[in-house]
Amino acid sequence: MMNPTPLRNHRMHDPQALPLPLKIDHSPVQHFAYDNRTVRDFLWATLLFGVVGMAVGVLAALQLAWPAANFNLPWTSYGRIRPLHTNAVIFAFAGNAIFAGIYWSLQRLCKARMYSDWLSRFHFWGWQAIIVAAAITLPLGITTSKEYAELEWPIDIAIAVVWIAFAINVFGTIARRRERHLYVAIWFYIATIVGIAMLHIVNSLAVPVSWTKSYPVFAGVQDALVQWWYGHNAVAFFLTTPFLGLMYYFLPKAAERPVYSYRLSIIHFWSLIFLYIWAGPHHLLHSALPEWAQTVGVAFSVMLIAPSWGGMINGLLTLRGAFDKVRTSPVLKFLVLAITAYGMATFEGTMLSLRSINAMSHNTDWTVGHVHSGALGWNGFLAFALVYWMVPRLYRRSLWSTALANAHFWIATVGILVYVVSMWMAGITEGSMWFAFNDQGRLQYRDWIEMIRAVQPFYWVRLAGGVLYLGGIVLCCVNVAMTVRGATLLADEPAEAPALAPDTDHEDQIATALAIPDRRQRGTALHRLVERWPTLLTILATIALLIGGALEIIPNLIQGALSPRIASVQPYTPLELAGRDIYIREGCVGCHTQMIRTLRAETERYGEYTRPGEGIYDRPFLWGSKRTGPDLAREGVIRPMAAWHYQHMADPRAVAPGSVMPAYPWLLTDDTDFASLPDRMRALAGMPIYTPYPPPRIAGAVQEAKSQAEAIAGQLRSQDLRLAGETKLADKEIVALIAYLQRLGTDLGKPTPAGK
Amino acid sequence: MATFATFTALGLLLFALCVAALVWAARSGQWDDLDTPSVRMLVDDEPDAPPEPPHA
Repeated sequence: MMNPTPLRNHRMHDPQALPLPLKIDHSPVQHFAYDNRTVRDFLWATLLFGVVGMAVGVLAALQLAWPAANFNLPWTSYGRIRPLHTNAVIFAFAGNAIFAGIYWSLQRLCKARMYSDWLSRFHFWGWQAIIVAAAITLPLGITTSKEYAELEWPIDIAIAVVWIAFAINVFGTIARRRERHLYVAIWFYIATIVGIAMLHIVNSLAVPVSWTKSYPVFAGVQDALVQWWYGHNAVAFFLTTPFLGLMYYFLPKAAERPVYSYRLSIIHFWSLIFLYIWAGPHHLLHSALPEWAQTVGVAFSVMLIAPSWGGMINGLLTLRGAFDKVRTSPVLKFLVLAITAYGMATFEGTMLSLRSINAMSHNTDWTVGHVHSGALGWNGFLAFALVYWMVPRLYRRSLWSTALANAHFWIATVGILVYVVSMWMAGITEGSMWFAFNDQGRLQYRDWIEMIRAVQPFYWVRLAGGVLYLGGIVLCCVNVAMTVRGATLLADEPAEAPALAPDTDHEDQIATALAIPDRRQRGTALHRLVERWPTLLTILATIALLIGGALEIIPNLIQGALSPRIASVQPYTPLELAGRDIYIREGCVGCHTQMIRTLRAETERYGEYTRPGEGIYDRPFLWGSKRTGPDLAREGVIRPMAAWHYQHMADPRAVAPGSVMPAYPWLLTDDTDFASLPDRMRALAGMPIYTPYPPPRIAGAVQEAKSQAEAIAGQLRSQDLRLAGETKLADKEIVALIAYLQRLGTDLGKPTPAGK
Repeated sequence: MATFATFTALGLLLFALCVAALVWAARSGQWDDLDTPSVRMLVDDEPDAPPEPPHA
């Protein structure tokens, strides 16, 4: 009797399966075609949005070196441009590169066409529509201001829908595969899909006020924890796992040899995904986050070096004995530098997560340098390797110019070095100046502008690095355009493989059980099957329990079980709320932190360190991650004078010569949106947030806001005679913003309200 | 503290999912052979001839 197991699926340890050549594959060969069109479309989107995203990055770099480049316009000011840059390069450039690489490699690894052409189309156009929506809303100031999650709730929902379509397409392809073994790259893709789905949904939980505004359900410390759980794992599951999967596919292909150790790749995968999810709190060291949570983050960050370097070593050793090919192949050049950058960035990440180093590096340009060594080196260069590898294969024609590709490699490599080294130097300069004490034990550099002047040269050098990198991708576009000129895409690439025969008892049993026509008998048979597999049963039960546990805990959170409370901390007044929303809209959090860390240099400069209970009404939290300007957590204590803020917003350099802050002339002329205040307060007072705004206060919100605005307008007129004749002052956005700035950090010193 | 509990629960849920996937992979023989997959992925067989027209 013939063994029904097909040749390519036999188990190596099965003695009956040997010797190999005697086995005959009886499965009929199936003919099908790989979908190359979707791959090509994602590649073009990668290049298009790469150029756009990097050009916007160059603009942002120029603005920090030369503030006139903010053009005094709302849509082009740094606070709105920076999130446009980060979203464009992460989700548009890197995102499209990931999809191109996954659509190419998954089909070939599964020996199957993508599950649904319709879903592929939907995924492609859906994702591009989201990018366009981001490119429109972010410059308009429609933002949640949570880093790498700035997009407002309707776009968040669209992201979830498109992501689920992508997931169905991928899992459908895996289900229809003609290759039993799931190559390690596929595991990395699965982790990407599951991880991002969970992170995105949890971090985007918000209560909508209108189509363009929402408040997150979490506040203060909790929002910070959720955000950096998301932020760190966006790096893990968007910029690391998919790219590692792509490395495990494209590196062996380009080197024409198997990965150095397949076993190591499996260990790499499982250890990486078990460790990454816990490391987020290292973004909040020395902050108001409980210390134990900080320590967990540090411990896991230190452990992460093992899988990260395991993967890097596995990648580099794949080229063992083939390093001569790096000399001639641009694809391998890009891959080798990408993997090296991955190793360097992960080493640096672990080091920066140590408390002592983080104290100095956090909020400085060192972090900016760190992310760019990962983004430009690891993600960017891997994306370029994919482009140079796939384009000739999609069009069946060799690359137009290897010399031009090599030129791209060298220009971009020098660009990365110039960028990263200048940011290291800027970051160390900033950190050491913030922490410097003089002989009297006082801060050596009290004036913030001294620090800005010191790093200004580095900002120009960084700009040069960015321009070089942008120049590189332009060369890449030229090369690709010349390669495909006049060539036709091999849209449906013919392929063949034998069908996959079921080879496990479980599948047979399930199939038999499913074939029972009677519904009740079928259910009993399936239930018996589940019961017979104790491990599976245990796991399913555990998952069920955990879901139950989570559902039990979330209502607690929802009912406002926010602790610890400080009695003197009260909700924002309607005008302060309006001002805070302006602060969010303008992206102030891109340059100003609101978190005085538990370090002497910070309490000396800014006052009392930030308490967890101070942020319970902060939706979203605005701790920030970068101090191009000073911390504002106690701005209301340090700088209560209304006229100072007015003149500073009108022209920062008139008040603080040498400042690189954009001017905000539109705040002086645009009217505050008082009308929507009751809606905003209702959203904050309703389920599940329950901010204590009683209904009468909501009803009288506009009146309350206008009378506070009149009071501040009065301050302005008396403090600055040039404003004495301004009658409409109270209606302007600047007054609402001043109300918020005057409030910042003042609660702690207030007496506890009566009756508390 | 509710958030920490929620996130610990979510983290454990993810952990459980990973364990489930790990156990599935081991039990279904994904790693019975750790030598040939890395070589087989290098081979993309080109079809010998154009697909035959469908016939009964």
